[in-house]
Amino acid sequence: MAVASQSIAVPVRAHHTLWGDAIVRLRRNKLAMAGLAFIILLSVVAILAPLLTPYGFADQNYNDILQGPSWKHLLGTDQLGRDTFARLIYGARTSLSVGIFTQFIVLCIGLPLGAIAGYAGGRTDNFIMRFVDVMYAFPDLLLVILLSSVFYGTKFGGSIYMLFLAIGLVAWVNISRLVRGQILSLKTRDFVSAARAMGGMGRYITWRHLLPNALGPVIVSVTFNIPRAIFTEAALSYIGIGVKPPTPSWGAMIQDGFNLIFAKPYMLLFPAIALALLMLSFTFLGDGLRDALDPKLRR
Amino acid sequence: MFRYIVKRFLWLLLVLVVVLLITFILMHLVPGGPWDREKALAPKVVAALNKRYGLDKPLWEQFVKYMWGILHGDLGTSYSYADRNVTSILLQGLPKTATLGILAFVFAQAIGIPFGMAAALKQNTAVDYASVLFSTIFASIPGFVLGILLMILLSVVLHWLPTSGWGSPQQIIMPVICLAALPAAQSARITRASTLDVMRQDYVRTARSKGLQENVVRVRHIFRNSLIPVVTVAGPELANLVTGSFIIENLFAIPGVGRLFVQGIGARDYSLIMGGVLFYAFTIAILNLAVDLLYAAIDPRIRYD
Repeated sequence: MAVASQSIAVPVRAHHTLWGDAIVRLRRNKLAMAGLAFIILLSVVAILAPLLTPYGFADQNYNDILQGPSWKHLLGTDQLGRDTFARLIYGARTSLSVGIFTQFIVLCIGLPLGAIAGYAGGRTDNFIMRFVDVMYAFPDLLLVILLSSVFYGTKFGGSIYMLFLAIGLVAWVNISRLVRGQILSLKTRDFVSAARAMGGMGRYITWRHLLPNALGPVIVSVTFNIPRAIFTEAALSYIGIGVKPPTPSWGAMIQDGFNLIFAKPYMLLFPAIALALLMLSFTFLGDGLRDALDPKLRR
Repeated sequence: MFRYIVKRFLWLLLVLVVVLLITFILMHLVPGGPWDREKALAPKVVAALNKRYGLDKPLWEQFVKYMWGILHGDLGTSYSYADRNVTSILLQGLPKTATLGILAFVFAQAIGIPFGMAAALKQNTAVDYASVLFSTIFASIPGFVLGILLMILLSVVLHWLPTSGWGSPQQIIMPVICLAALPAAQSARITRASTLDVMRQDYVRTARSKGLQENVVRVRHIFRNSLIPVVTVAGPELANLVTGSFIIENLFAIPGVGRLFVQGIGARDYSLIMGGVLFYAFTIAILNLAVDLLYAAIDPRIRYD
């Protein structure tokens, strides 16, 4: 509707595609758009962090230790005199990049494994899925903790790359199951039989017909996985096997503030609220995307 | 049915062995050993300790010996707690973790199911919208963050509850709420969806048209059938409660299995870590199996062969 009313002068026949429809539906979802707006805002703030605060995330100012919020330090300072606002917005870099890059690893492993298992079937499918089942039986957070403690003492231990790897290597299991299920149901459809009858090869059919059609649920699943990865990073940094100080992380800030909960509760409050808002935003966006991409709702 | 249970049980054993093997390999890849101290121990002492705990043997031999011990209920000796058996350490933490998990589970269902049901019966009213909004919020905010917010509000600002510790009923309130938030939200969402689905079924219309009272229709026909999908997620929920507890246990300083486990990782206490992994993997696998069987028991349409 919105599209048609904008082009009064030139009558255009409304053109419906799955993605076009989905975007229109997503735009109507206020909560999803609010979530998206917050994520974009936070990303911009994270990218422009050096322009938004005169302080570096590791600058220690011993004259201003444990200050409350003021004009000089918007959200106060911590026990080393570091500016909380600066650490919060640089910490958003850590959180968001963990969210994005873990999903990149997840897709690199989960998508091909799921697609191969679903398309090949038989012994290949059995082999891959038994492996996936074992991974699935392993409690997620437990394996991430084990992996991070293995990585922690190595050369890149305590770095953010270690976390990408530790979380990514665990979280791909769900995507591979999802993709396999999608491919299994898609490959019995007529349009795939038609493509095969016309001489399409396995790889061509997978890339051209199966994966694009499985994309919707994958996008939704990735949107829900991002906040989980962000939470995992915060939890790991909180128990002390995440990023090493002075790398700013909301989890590490929570750990710092925890000992001073009675004296300086806001040290704990700001990172906790930031984390909660980011989680909520991704959930609202994910819910919106799922509703928007559900073909059953399509008119 | 019997064959199915046996098959599932054998699969479970295989999974546990593989999980232990992965953990074993990972733990021995972890740089540093259990004897790392601020001040390095003399090589002779390290050699003697390694010999005493069998760490000088080849890895495969250590693993076989460990598996043999497990078959006899012996999870090995802890490296960080002098001369204490891992089995006894875990058994000491177990009652706390189990109490928390079970209380949180019961609390979650007691809140989630009625809210989900009320939302569905009054679809598109304020009750429904409030239920959907709250379940979305509590499904997305991690218990760990919720815990911090609750602690600031209830302990720091209002001074109603102690921040942490274990022993008094007041100390149990916040951890239970934090653990219960997610499963309560999930149950509310699923109950709502399944009730909406059941309400549109033919047998509900039939029940109404043959003149049954609305209450009877709701309790006997809608309520009972709408709980079926709720049971399927109960297993993973309980499992999440048990494993999710190690962040919560750390936050509230509760000496349960989770906190022991995290401390074990810090101290590179191999045998305690292995014991913890085994405990979690076993609990989760057993709960999932139990739920699958329960599912078949309450829904006669499901048959396992």
